[in-house]
Amino acid sequence: MAQHTLAVLVENSPGVLARVASLFSRRGYNIDSLAVGPTEDPKVSRMTIVLNLEGHALDQVSAQLFKLVNVIGIQEMKESGSRERELLFAKVAAKRSEIEALITGLPAEIVDERDGSCIIQAVASNKDLAELVKKLEKFGIRELVQSGAIAIEFGAKTLAEQTAIETGLATSDTHQQTQDYQN
Amino acid sequence: MSNEITGAQSLVRALEEAGVDVMFGIPGGAILPAYDPIYDSKIRHILVRHEQGAGHAATGYAQVTGKAGVCIATSGPGATNLVTPLADAHMDSVPVVAITGQVPAPAIGTDAFQEADIRGITMPVTKHNYLITDPADIPRAISEAFYIANSGRPGPVLVDIAKDALQKMTTFSYPKRAELRGYRPQIEPNSESIRDAAALIAQSVKPVFYIGGGVIKANAAKDLLILAEAVGAPVVTTLMARGAFPDSHPQHLGMPGMHGTVAAVTALQKADLLITLGARFDDRVTGKLSTFAVNAKIIHADIDPAEIGKNRYADVPIIGDLGPTIRALTPAVEAEFKKNKPDLSTWWRQMNSLRTTYPLGYNEPSDGSLSPQYVIERIGQLTGPDAVYVAGVGQHQMWASQFIKYEKPRTWLNSGGLGTMGYAVPAAMGAKVGLPDTPVWAIDGDGCFQMTNQELVTCALNNIPIKVAIINNESLGMVRQWQTLFYQGRYSNTDLNSKRVPDFAKLAEAMGCVGLLCESRGDVDRVIKEANAINDAPVVVDFSVHRDAMVWPMVAAGTSNDDIMIAREMAPDWDSQEL
Repeated sequence: MAQHTLAVLVENSPGVLARVASLFSRRGYNIDSLAVGPTEDPKVSRMTIVLNLEGHALDQVSAQLFKLVNVIGIQEMKESGSRERELLFAKVAAKRSEIEALITGLPAEIVDERDGSCIIQAVASNKDLAELVKKLEKFGIRELVQSGAIAIEFGAKTLAEQTAIETGLATSDTHQQTQDYQN
Repeated sequence: MSNEITGAQSLVRALEEAGVDVMFGIPGGAILPAYDPIYDSKIRHILVRHEQGAGHAATGYAQVTGKAGVCIATSGPGATNLVTPLADAHMDSVPVVAITGQVPAPAIGTDAFQEADIRGITMPVTKHNYLITDPADIPRAISEAFYIANSGRPGPVLVDIAKDALQKMTTFSYPKRAELRGYRPQIEPNSESIRDAAALIAQSVKPVFYIGGGVIKANAAKDLLILAEAVGAPVVTTLMARGAFPDSHPQHLGMPGMHGTVAAVTALQKADLLITLGARFDDRVTGKLSTFAVNAKIIHADIDPAEIGKNRYADVPIIGDLGPTIRALTPAVEAEFKKNKPDLSTWWRQMNSLRTTYPLGYNEPSDGSLSPQYVIERIGQLTGPDAVYVAGVGQHQMWASQFIKYEKPRTWLNSGGLGTMGYAVPAAMGAKVGLPDTPVWAIDGDGCFQMTNQELVTCALNNIPIKVAIINNESLGMVRQWQTLFYQGRYSNTDLNSKRVPDFAKLAEAMGCVGLLCESRGDVDRVIKEANAINDAPVVVDFSVHRDAMVWPMVAAGTSNDDIMIAREMAPDWDSQEL
């Protein structure tokens, strides 16, 4: 369980993306994907960050992130309690007729066809998109564009209604101790 | 619009509203508009000789007064010269507000003359920072900067202001209260955590107070004394916490860590409970982390939630200001003690045995030359616990921490986290400006002194009569010590030749200070007394000391605290200790 998705509400102020990126770089946290966009409040942006936390504890990452003055709230988007989707475009060297059968039943559609090439658009989970890509590979994927994930928690409660971090402090099971070193 | 003023005037008015009485800085192109209203302001501006000096002076001022220190510089190199002191203040949680000029907004991003992205550069070394391009934003940014710097876990905040924003007209309105959606430090501790902590204290037979610099920042030293006496446990104070608990107090075992006392280091190692207040389990304290205090449960109280569990798991985390935290803990512990008061007598017998067997000490050099520890010890004894002592970084810093006895908070200043050589002279200058009637001694090394001594000119010209003891061992002493111990005595580039060049006493005289030289033990008291008697000029004393003196005890980097050495290849005789 090294991968986690965090929804982070930030003040929509200049430099806030750089602050988050700088923090992750400085403390050695690996970002798998990061998506930023507007929210229902024009003063607030929302980041969805998918992290690969090998060797780091989620609570420590959250606490460091929450220390940034521009960060308003953080919540982990757990798989069971939230919906998470990514957007994919793939330019494939094939005709519409060749691809159609392959994507039937998938959340994908062909949005452009010209010069013997198609663009497929798909909105799905990271796992389903990976499977789609595998299927398309036999035609030769000429260009692939994929967004970071965005996620929303199920239920009526909104993230903006929360005032503090929800990931909590580490328990003795989840705590990750820094490795020994010589300094 | 008669009530319109320039952005620069707005800046200076905002600084006045924030209660600034002094700032340290150097003008230059981009900040020049601000220097015009500074000329008329009641705020004292001290013209330093290097921006790094301004930054450390602001830090020194903040550490003795508890108020945010202010430094001001121009764009580009002026601003980048502040990076080291900002990083220093960040690591040691010192409230500093830095104001920098930036090139005019239309020029930002064009690689204009003296342009540097100081907001980007200082992001990882400040608590927060701003780039202001609209003059209307200046008062709010200044108000927020002081609020952020002083509240929660203190730290440096930089406000970068484009030159055209300083020149344009604006109206002035200063927000008395900063409202920040994403910044709400937790002050009051959770009462359940306090109860859990008290219960744990009442169950422990080998508790230790592990005291960090946070106790000083929180002005909680008096509260700590009451709690510590109620609990009756041994107390250790980290490098940043020297003075948070009186050295003369019988419960005090001294400093833990790489150069801590055997008793303090062993107390942490053998404890069954660490009552950690405002400390952060730094590698210089823990040694090899996986072997640190392996049998201890941890109570960790800090205002910064990100410190909890960063290096060591906290069985009982307490997030909040240490003042209310300690004041809540005391009655909670007393209530628990009515049910069950643990007997600490065995623990104290063990600790007392260690501290009497392994007190701090040093050997006089066999060749009759001056021992650095003796010099530092005598400065402390002859000047007393009401003075302020400011160290650079290295051997002299460790000796100043070990051999000067601190009785009060805010009397010991040093660069603990960043380990900034060159900190002492400018920080002492700032401290003296903050406390003009208090003697301020910089205990410096000959290496450190040569990094920032230009600020003695500032001191001489601005009536800031600090005293500087150069512990001159003509080398980068701590590096040399590591070369002796770990690099077979191969002294690569640590010989400074500073008994030949420069002549420190002459250099001091050239900079408008009194320069003194001391080469023998018999002269030490006389020279210190002479320096202490001079209050109308800065004094520099070149103490020519033995170069092979080493700092002991020592826990070598990367090794366990269990492997503490009291001298070269000499461990404590553990078999004779009942532990």
